[in-house]
Amino acid sequence: MHRFANPARFLRLARLIQPWTAAAMFACFGVGLYLALVASPIDYLQRDTVRIMYIHVPAAWMAMQTYAVIAVASLVSIVWRHPLADVAARAAAPIGVAFTAICLITGSLWGKPTWGTWWVWDARLTSVLVLLFIYMGYMALWSAFDDRQRAARAAAVLALVGAVNLPIIKFSVDWWNTLHQPASILRRGGPTIDPSMLKPLAVMGLAYLFFFITVLLMRMRADLAAQRLEAAAERRVMAQEVPA
Amino acid sequence: MMPGQKNSGNLKPKHQRLVLVGLAALAIGGAAALGFSALQDTMTYFYSPSDVQTKGVEPGQSIRLGGLVAANSVQRLPDGLTLAFTVTDTANAVDVRYKGLVPDLFKEGSGVIAEGRFGPDRVFVADSLLAKHDENYMPPEVADSIKRAGEWKPAATPAQPALPATPASRSN
Amino acid sequence: MSGFLAMGGYAPYIWTAYAVVAVWLTGLGLVSWRRMRQLEAAADALRAQRRAER
Repeated sequence: MHRFANPARFLRLARLIQPWTAAAMFACFGVGLYLALVASPIDYLQRDTVRIMYIHVPAAWMAMQTYAVIAVASLVSIVWRHPLADVAARAAAPIGVAFTAICLITGSLWGKPTWGTWWVWDARLTSVLVLLFIYMGYMALWSAFDDRQRAARAAAVLALVGAVNLPIIKFSVDWWNTLHQPASILRRGGPTIDPSMLKPLAVMGLAYLFFFITVLLMRMRADLAAQRLEAAAERRVMAQEVPA
Repeated sequence: MMPGQKNSGNLKPKHQRLVLVGLAALAIGGAAALGFSALQDTMTYFYSPSDVQTKGVEPGQSIRLGGLVAANSVQRLPDGLTLAFTVTDTANAVDVRYKGLVPDLFKEGSGVIAEGRFGPDRVFVADSLLAKHDENYMPPEVADSIKRAGEWKPAATPAQPALPATPASRSN
Repeated sequence: MSGFLAMGGYAPYIWTAYAVVAVWLTGLGLVSWRRMRQLEAAADALRAQRRAER
């Protein structure tokens, strides 16, 4: 396990793949936006508002996937004390906040013309709002401690506890009556979205995924550099305290 | 920090942590499951027509009623303002009256959630309507061809109203 | 073109939603990129300086 824990090895890998993930992100966003806004049909019932789906649904997927990444990294951090796991979990949190907030805002802008309301307190909408609060609590906990080790430990515990919300979000539409529709993609019997609408959705999903990878790598690199600078500053203080 | 760190007969600290995390996850998951099953009723956003039957909703009690707008049930009452329609879950059905703005997606065969209360005549009087759409997405041409081929799923076949149906003209 | 912008009458909802995504993702991407550049440059400068001192 610790063979991959070497930050220098990670940095070399990150610098190698980051240009490619960034290029893939820009390409997918270009193609995806064209398909979503121009080259896809309207829905028989929702007309043009279906175009909000192409930015809303991938945001919901990635909000949950980012949390899953944080939870797994937190498990690895607690059990195996892998030094990069904390870095990855911490770097992912603001990206998760972005996806969750985008999911909620675009969902609201979609709900008004289709359902007739900006917001309802049904199980799906409420559980995603709870996810946003868990993300914010997670980030607040990281900055509440001066000692990085203790902050990492506390944040990892919170991340694992909060993971119970993920299945609740996914199955809320099956367990309870909700205004939100049931699943269209990951369901028994296959997707219930026409192929002409599934394609832009898939491309936008890839664009969001490559955005996540690219920004995660950038934020991890920044955090590792900040740690190097901090360690150097500490060495300098210690060197000054030693009488010459 | 833990006894047995040197003792090879005991768990290694790594495995000890893994077991602890597993036990904690089990406890939290169990607690969450219990909590949510207790909340089952309050977490439910609306009552279906069948829930109305089984859960004993009092007249005047404010609830949300959800289901499909039964085919051929939507009509304007003679006052020109009130909309009358039937909400069905294919097993049971409820007659609804509503005055006000109707969402774009409100139509026969589509989902609807009505907020309001039952009158003494067991007709549901709604203050607001929300449209609930299902999980199907398709271009209009595809929808038309499915309908032409007669393969449109009969989601909203009007169920026999379990409650005595109120003739639309009688209310108001 | 104006038909495209009108989005069948749903323009305010659709374009606001796309604007929110564009602003938030671009902002987060740019902030993360600039912070990485600044911190890595500072860390590299420090390493070069220490090497020179030795």
